[in-house]
Amino acid sequence: MFSAFRIIVARDLLLAMRRRSDVLTTLFFFVIVVSLFPLGIGPELNTLRLIAPGVFWVAALLASMLALEKLFFVDYQDGSLEQMLLAPQPLSVLVLGKVLAHWLVTGLPLVLLSPLLGLQYDLSTATIAVMMFTLLIGTPALSLIGAIGAALTLGIRGGGVLVSLLVLPLYIPVLIFGAGAVEAEASGLGGAGHLSMLGAILLLSALAAPLATAAALRISAE
Amino acid sequence: MSGRLSFYRFSSPAAFYPLAGAIGKVSALIAVVLLAIGLYMSFFVAPTDYKQGEGYRIIFIHVPSAWMSMFIYLVMAFWAGIGLVFNTRLSSMMAQALAPTGAIMTFIALWTGAFWGKPMWGAWWVWDARLTSELILFFLYIGFIALQGSIDDTRRADRAGAVLLLVGVVNIPIIYFSVKWWNTLHQGATVSVTEGSSMSTIMLQAMLIMTFAFWAYSVAVAMYRVRSIILEREKDTRWVSELPEVRR
Amino acid sequence: MLEVVNLQCTRGDRCLFSGIGFTVGEGELLYLYGHNGSGKTTLMRTLCGLVAPTDGEVCWKDLPIRKQRDEYAAELLYLGHKNGLKDDLTGVENLLVACRLAGVSVKEDKAWSVLERMGLRGHEDLPARVLSQGQQKRVALARLLLSEAPLWVLDEPFVGLDVAAVALLEAVLAEHVARGGMVVLTTHQEVALTSGKVKKLRLGWKEDGCV
Repeated sequence: MFSAFRIIVARDLLLAMRRRSDVLTTLFFFVIVVSLFPLGIGPELNTLRLIAPGVFWVAALLASMLALEKLFFVDYQDGSLEQMLLAPQPLSVLVLGKVLAHWLVTGLPLVLLSPLLGLQYDLSTATIAVMMFTLLIGTPALSLIGAIGAALTLGIRGGGVLVSLLVLPLYIPVLIFGAGAVEAEASGLGGAGHLSMLGAILLLSALAAPLATAAALRISAE
Repeated sequence: MSGRLSFYRFSSPAAFYPLAGAIGKVSALIAVVLLAIGLYMSFFVAPTDYKQGEGYRIIFIHVPSAWMSMFIYLVMAFWAGIGLVFNTRLSSMMAQALAPTGAIMTFIALWTGAFWGKPMWGAWWVWDARLTSELILFFLYIGFIALQGSIDDTRRADRAGAVLLLVGVVNIPIIYFSVKWWNTLHQGATVSVTEGSSMSTIMLQAMLIMTFAFWAYSVAVAMYRVRSIILEREKDTRWVSELPEVRR
Repeated sequence: MLEVVNLQCTRGDRCLFSGIGFTVGEGELLYLYGHNGSGKTTLMRTLCGLVAPTDGEVCWKDLPIRKQRDEYAAELLYLGHKNGLKDDLTGVENLLVACRLAGVSVKEDKAWSVLERMGLRGHEDLPARVLSQGQQKRVALARLLLSEAPLWVLDEPFVGLDVAAVALLEAVLAEHVARGGMVVLTTHQEVALTSGKVKKLRLGWKEDGCV
């Protein structure tokens, strides 16, 4: 069971290595969205510090959602999804592997780059650290929850827009606790409560989302 | 009735079709009667609230529609679960038939919430926890309807919609809790429609009657809608072509 | 072994087939044929459990396949219209991933030799996207040489193959059947396997009376 998980992760990472442009697209989308806000709102540093958590988190949400389209679609097109469905291991394990690889490729770079963007918003080192940490435990949850939507809309005309409609409402708790933790930490209230909620969401989605995704994939691939 | 009447008998669309018609008619009648009584009570019998004046009367629409919007989602998720587990076509049709009514109820709750907020706070929209949750619930309804609408194969549409509903129903408490948390932290306004001012018995009675009226309305509309869905999906079968209303 | 009882499948409003029943025992090959759109592919996908039938049951070793998904998957090899190859992986990598995912552990040198037998010498190391259609099919079919699964379900395996590859595939299938394996296949081409000692099943509206 674990070997199948490893095979999928290794395969998807190898594929991503051979097609690096896909990785960079998501990352630069995040960078551009975050950089657009000062242009729209004005360069007032006090304002920027205030809106930074929300802006970063909404940008992360959108970037994660945008990347979902590719999660299962190529596998669906070339027939390897069928082979995954027929593998003698539980499909949810393979799904978990795919989501992990997908997050390593689209989510992690965004987490690693966020400190640099934090400087644009004149955030303190402590705030940046908390921000990174929330993104680190929040974005995998986004990928896990988003996978359900990606699986449900597989192969549908206009699936890309539809997936946002399905997935964004489900992202709201992650947004609230993620941005809330940064905000609470920055204002000196302490974000421990938010962080533990975020951790709980990650745990719950790691347990439940692959099962729902597997069910959705079987329905969509029929 | 000599034959054995079982629950399973009505899980076939052909058997349910006439029953749905009967339930629909009765519920529609109940809805009209209760609505008349309820509206009369809420506008003429219930006393003016000493704090909020006449404006409070909107709760007789707002609260029942908000309750129904949540209740209908639960019922849809219930049918979706049944449909997934037992593979019964009718349960999926029920979920599909309820969705527009649920969305309308959420919309009414939001609309009346805004109407209530304007005289009370001077703003059409305050980011109150309940209203925000209601807005998210509205998005969930729209997502379900959009997903079902964009899948051509009915079987896939049913099953995909069911998975979405079940995922949604697990998420609703989490969403509600997170929004509430967010709200208390930001100390936003709280629309306490029912709290704050003490409810008199007559107010409560009026509200309950209105709730039952909305409930009966939802049942009636869902039944008529499920009949249309059955006809559409079973249009090639013999029993549909032999129906008097189809033969004409 | 593989037993199909009263199988029915509908797509949307259309009934593809109904009342299908057959068995495939050890050392038997079932040849499915019928005109385009007669539901061959859907039937094959139903046999694999990818499509749930609207009525009837597919049984493997006397148990419905939906009750033993993982066990059945371990004993089944399905090759569909789509080859299941990753464009950016080489032939060897594709073969290795596909086999390992199916629970067959394969050494890398074994994979090289199998691809050579499939006539892909010198092409093992190229990404699948630069291979021709026939070569891609050969990479996909190379799995047959490494498979330990008793049941093979092959949808149009001969499409895009040249004469040499067709002969090779025929030999591989004959060998599998001789070993007591089971094969279900569809093809539009005249090949040695479509005549002689094989079971045949014709799909189409004329015979099963389906709307």
